[in-house]
Amino acid sequence: MSDTVEQRLEKLEKKFNELEDSRKDQLTMVVMSDDLDKMLAAFIIAVGAAAMDTKVKMFFTFWAISALRKEQVKQAKGKDLTAKMFGTMLPKGLRQLKLSKMNMEGIGKHMIKGIMKHNNVSSLDELLATAGELGVDIDICTMSMDLMGFKKEEMIDYPNLGYAGVATFLADAGESSMQLFI
Amino acid sequence: MTQEELTTLEVTKSVDARGTSCPGPLLAAKKAMGEINSGDVLEVLSADEGTKKDIPKWATKKKHEYLGTVEESGFFKIFVKKG
Repeated sequence: MSDTVEQRLEKLEKKFNELEDSRKDQLTMVVMSDDLDKMLAAFIIAVGAAAMDTKVKMFFTFWAISALRKEQVKQAKGKDLTAKMFGTMLPKGLRQLKLSKMNMEGIGKHMIKGIMKHNNVSSLDELLATAGELGVDIDICTMSMDLMGFKKEEMIDYPNLGYAGVATFLADAGESSMQLFI
Repeated sequence: MTQEELTTLEVTKSVDARGTSCPGPLLAAKKAMGEINSGDVLEVLSADEGTKKDIPKWATKKKHEYLGTVEESGFFKIFVKKG
């Protein structure tokens, strides 16, 4: 016997609720690049989304994690040669990032920074601080940390900083209404 | 709302975000909205043309009512009624 109208309605309602609950008002973002321009895009989107009360989760992986290092000169102890090399050659913190094009040994980067200031665009430091105030979560990929030989004590102080693996990203992305890879 | 209605509108709070660029005006609007009551009118001043399009989108999402924009020389006055 086929379902009554009431039964069909009930099923439909259940399905509708399931669909409605499956996606949160949440943005998950993979940040892989350590290019200044891409990092700027990532943070402007993150802060903009947070301003719209969207929960934001940023996953920093591979090259991008060097942007979250403290600007300290000394490296952590107990590193092998490769780790020391990575530690020396990669940017230490947001201020050392380079433009992906027109960097011109840093001239282009300084020009961009000047133009940004002139146009009242927030610097990366300011955007990071705002992201922290608005409760944007940042998770750092532990596998990349091991690859580059970075230690937790070398990373910046950020209010919502965590360390995670790919499953955390996938679980969070799965329940987000928006996902980005930068 | 017509331009005339907008210019004579009684504004509860005005926030000047002309010194900031995207997403500055949005942040300023969010902050100011937290300080007024439902039914109050917020005026956002922005020199960034994108804000004209951004604020209505934000208002729709946050269930506020976008009332309209008045263009001044070099900046915009954007009016939103808190939902």
